[in-house]
Amino acid sequence: MTTMATMGNDGLTGAERKEARRRKTTRRRILTTFVVAILTFVFFAPMINLFSSSLKDPDQAVATGAPIWPARPKSITVGTETYTIYKVPLDDGTVKELALIKSGRQESTMADPADLTKTLVWKGSWRTLENVWEFSFAIGNYGDVWKLINFPQLLFNTIVIAIIGTIGTVLSCTLVAYGFARFRFPGRDRLFQVMVATIFIPGTVTLIPTYILFLNLGWVGTWLPLLVPTFVANAFDVFLMRQYFLTIPREHDEAAQIEGATPMEILRNVIIPQSWPVIVAVTIFHFVYSWNDYFGPLIYLATKPELQPLGVGLNRFSGIYYTRAGYVEAATMLTLIIPVILFIAFQRYFVRGVVVTTGIDK
Amino acid sequence: MKLFASSSARREAKWAYAFISPWILGLVVFTAFPIIASLLLTFFSAQLTGDSRNFTFVGLDNWARFFSDEKAWAALGVTLRFMLLSLPIGLFIPLMVAILLNSKALIAPGLFRVLWFLPYVIPFVAGVVAWRGVLGQDGPVNGVLHLLGVENPPFWLNDIGWIYPALVLMGIWGIGSAIIVYLAGLGGVPTELYEAATVDGAGWWSSFRHITLPMITPVIFYNLVLGIAGSLQYFLVPFVVNGGNGTPGGSTLFFNILQYKTFFSYQDPGYGSVLAWVLFIVTLFFSLVLFGTQRRWVYYAGETK
Repeated sequence: MTTMATMGNDGLTGAERKEARRRKTTRRRILTTFVVAILTFVFFAPMINLFSSSLKDPDQAVATGAPIWPARPKSITVGTETYTIYKVPLDDGTVKELALIKSGRQESTMADPADLTKTLVWKGSWRTLENVWEFSFAIGNYGDVWKLINFPQLLFNTIVIAIIGTIGTVLSCTLVAYGFARFRFPGRDRLFQVMVATIFIPGTVTLIPTYILFLNLGWVGTWLPLLVPTFVANAFDVFLMRQYFLTIPREHDEAAQIEGATPMEILRNVIIPQSWPVIVAVTIFHFVYSWNDYFGPLIYLATKPELQPLGVGLNRFSGIYYTRAGYVEAATMLTLIIPVILFIAFQRYFVRGVVVTTGIDK
Repeated sequence: MKLFASSSARREAKWAYAFISPWILGLVVFTAFPIIASLLLTFFSAQLTGDSRNFTFVGLDNWARFFSDEKAWAALGVTLRFMLLSLPIGLFIPLMVAILLNSKALIAPGLFRVLWFLPYVIPFVAGVVAWRGVLGQDGPVNGVLHLLGVENPPFWLNDIGWIYPALVLMGIWGIGSAIIVYLAGLGGVPTELYEAATVDGAGWWSSFRHITLPMITPVIFYNLVLGIAGSLQYFLVPFVVNGGNGTPGGSTLFFNILQYKTFFSYQDPGYGSVLAWVLFIVTLFFSLVLFGTQRRWVYYAGETK
């Protein structure tokens, strides 16, 4: 009677049903993870291809029938002679890797690569034979590109522009966000609305007068158009920081105020120590933004290759060396490696930063 | 009427203006002045060669030129046509990925989330090179298509019918932020709703259709606003792919590329400003339509009706 009580109308006991459900869950977990893993692989395939191509020399890049990995046809060298090795189908149905000693249109002489004296005559056109491929890295692409593109200079430009711009952004946005988050003043709400509205103004509408302004100041062809605007705050990061400052309890400020702290001291001793997550988020966001900025450097540094950062330099380089795919690809790898390392090191802050910006995670 | 109730309120306001002064300065110099100046520029013919600055008032000539400029209208058409393709894909693919990454059945979800966000930080020029590498005529993508039995795989970048999908692919590494935004939205749906639906016998699709989708409309709205603004200003990828020459057949002559060339190549700030304002007005129109229809389809949980 007790077993009857736990049996469902499918005739299974409770334990059996639990086991079946567990197995079904496991199957679903494996299937879902498998699908996601495949999609992730497809998503990253161009990067894998890029890396692989960056290790190929020009011959390898255009070799027909070559595998996707950096490879060259396998061969052996004896004395001064080099013999290419092919996959040769033999009469007994097996395929053997043999070196081509003497090629002919109708028949060729093949030899065992391990012992070239063991020869045989193979009937058929050797041109139809498949190569045997072995790994061969043109690691020299990286060294060549390093010099050709003047990589250290481009890297220096990129890093300095990114660091100064990040300092400007973090400093100015912290001050402005603090002003909006902690003070009452006439017109505050209206000004804040104006600020949020400026996020939606397309950059093109301010582009021409801004360019003419910088031209008249004599700043075109210098880093100033890229750096000076970062010191007057940007709406996006101010918004992000203000939202965060609002979550810090006001009692902390008030306690400091009673002890006679000035607003500047409150910012330094109360607000900033509690705001590291948002400060780090803004820092890495601006750093990556600056690293990847293309349009600004393109228009303001067009005539000054020695001042350009990596992105513009890379595109100029790929225009010149478009016939050397391996060079362009190696240069591209060099360009993307630092943001990727930064991301992996700080990925927690990135992800949280994106979520905070949307205001969903209040 | 006194503006300030007390001297302490006045002191507070002084501090506040001091703190926000950098932004006020930026607003005046880098936003207000350029907007007004670019509007004024539309009425001028200007030359900026060397040290000479020549501004001649031409009335509405630049605007009249726009209305009869077939090239500009074609560029606007190109931009809108591309948006019709890229926007649904840009909304749908990140949502699908986010749903998969949000699945309870997924092993190591944290790892996959990081992986899907990672390419977001890669400079887009690098992304273009990487995708161009796989989309070549004898590249891996066509290799796979060949294996699948496609006799004549497309010449992606040189084929009018395939250039837009190619451009969409080249930008796909930027979907990381949209995925994270969707994930935040999906994570915010109260689990009680799903439990209640399961009790009522709802399947996966009907839970998705009647719970998930309505609950994440604010996130879809957010991605839609960003997506439209981004597609209207689409510039960088086609510019890097072909230097803005419009190949194949003018299909990549986007509006912003035309504006860039009008100013930087043809050195015509007056007409360039007209084009900038046209884009501004189009953007404004789309924003108003979006925000106007928002109440009808976007559900805000905190809102009382």
